[in-house]
Amino acid sequence: MTRQDRRVLTDKIITALSFIASFIGIAALFWILGVLFYKGFTALNLHTFIYDMAPPGRAESGLRNALVGQLILVAGASLIGVPVGVLAGTYLSEYGGRNGKLAKLVRDISDIMMSTPSIVIGAFVYAIVVAPMGHFSGWAGIIALAIMMIPIVLRTTDDMLQLVPGSLREAAVALGAPKYKMIIQVVYRGAKSGLVTGILLSIARIAGETAPLLFTSFSNNFFSTDLNKPIASLTVTMFNYATSPYEDWIDMGWSAALILALFVLGANITARFLIRKKKGEK
Amino acid sequence: MATVCEVKEEHIIEVKNFSFTYAGADKPNLKKINMPIGKNAVTALIGPSGCGKTTLLRCFNRMHDLYPGNRYDGEILLDGKNILGKKEDLIALRTRVGMIFQKPTPFPMSIFDNVAYGLRLQGIKSKSELEGRVETALKDSALWNEVGDRLKNPASALSGGQQQRLCIARAIAVEPEVLLFDEPTSALDPISTQSIEELVLKLKDKVTIAIVTHNMQQAARISDYTAFMYMGDLIEMGVTEELFITPKEDMTEQYITGKFG
Ligand SMILES: Nc1ncnc2c1ncn2[C@@H]1O[C@H](COP(=O)(O)OP(=O)(O)O)[C@@H](O)[C@H]1O
Ligand SMILES: [Mg+2]
Repeated sequence: MTRQDRRVLTDKIITALSFIASFIGIAALFWILGVLFYKGFTALNLHTFIYDMAPPGRAESGLRNALVGQLILVAGASLIGVPVGVLAGTYLSEYGGRNGKLAKLVRDISDIMMSTPSIVIGAFVYAIVVAPMGHFSGWAGIIALAIMMIPIVLRTTDDMLQLVPGSLREAAVALGAPKYKMIIQVVYRGAKSGLVTGILLSIARIAGETAPLLFTSFSNNFFSTDLNKPIASLTVTMFNYATSPYEDWIDMGWSAALILALFVLGANITARFLIRKKKGEK
Repeated sequence: MATVCEVKEEHIIEVKNFSFTYAGADKPNLKKINMPIGKNAVTALIGPSGCGKTTLLRCFNRMHDLYPGNRYDGEILLDGKNILGKKEDLIALRTRVGMIFQKPTPFPMSIFDNVAYGLRLQGIKSKSELEGRVETALKDSALWNEVGDRLKNPASALSGGQQQRLCIARAIAVEPEVLLFDEPTSALDPISTQSIEELVLKLKDKVTIAIVTHNMQQAARISDYTAFMYMGDLIEMGVTEELFITPKEDMTEQYITGKFG
């Protein structure tokens, strides 16, 4: 065997191995999606959306309260997380002096926060909100999800704003724009699709979280929009139902999983679409 | 000391003993510059790359204030008043002294909104007034014929030369007294370059123009006065024809005959 032969052989082996590895990855994804669609649709029907959770064996049983609870939790977290994240990211990119000490510190801390296990954030919010209040609540859930969301939005905002060319900022200022108008009217606009993408990805990220909600919003078998009380969510319901011994609950757990997966998938696809559109613009 | 010619026009800008130091620089990047800028004349700044042309130009609208730690010393008088004071209203200054950059800088919005941007900043809300002034600015920048029927289109769809004329329209819409151009044609093709040069000549009836160029032919074609800079010093300022034909300083002569730079 010559050196040339050996190189060709090694090349072939590596190609084959990487092909098999990527095949395994894709196969796993389709397997999950396949099972999810198959099982999820067995119990998914109109009842899912018009009835609340009920004891096992009932016909009038659905996920309405969990769906509404999930929406409230995600919307509430977004209402806090998006403005705080965007403003903090704006500070880092536009005011903090890009390489300023404080800006660097905030970036590092938010990177650490992003890689913190979500259950730790759940336990933290339990300690500072649930324990003093004496009971689980929607607010606690919202706070936990918002805490997870802030670093994601902050970092993408920071990155996206930095991509806007400095010459655009100078051009706005040269026309007599005060800094805040320059940022809002020119920089945000230039980074629009990037900002929206970051926000969508952060929503997709928190929408699938269970661990932080187990410690905070817990769950509620009844329809409730009261944020001072425990509130149902798809993820926690999925966890409860899927681990129960009842057949119909397990099926409904799959439906919850399917709805959640479709939501997250939708957000991701929209985000990708926006990213592609942004690339096309250049 | 630099040789500076007589400027017969009213001196709309008067640079006096002016030095500028970038944040972190250990010595001034512009050194004790003295020069007048004549009203409704075109003054070109030439010199080898890195000599301080852009730096000087960006002092006239105090663009350097955007970044911390830069230092101005001496005076720059605009209509007889020093603009380097701590309390100077920079927003007002920048509406009086506009700027066109090396690369076109259209904002990510429509053609109309681009030109109306400075007007809206000044608080003009009336739709008819905005439309009138946008139209005038686009006509004055020789762009109306090309874009008059598609003002709602995004500015990014225009060609490079059109974008640069759009930036000129945006700058003149607010009716500044002085327009600063920093190598406005260096990113453009010859035909776009020519249209910008024609525009500069036309605009000087209404505004005073200071233009940085590294192209000596361009300076000769469009300017009334030319200032030659070298390593942060003003070496010579003269009436353009005289400076290019009979320079008074050896260094100017060496530069325009291509001996360095
Ligand atoms: N932002 C800056 N910070 C520090 N030094 C700078 C900066 N910009 C330019 N300089 C320096 O100032 C000098 C003049 O630069 P510049 O005005 O851009 O030259 P020109 O426009 O004539 O090519 C150069 O030596 C350059 O390195
Ligand atoms: Mg320059």
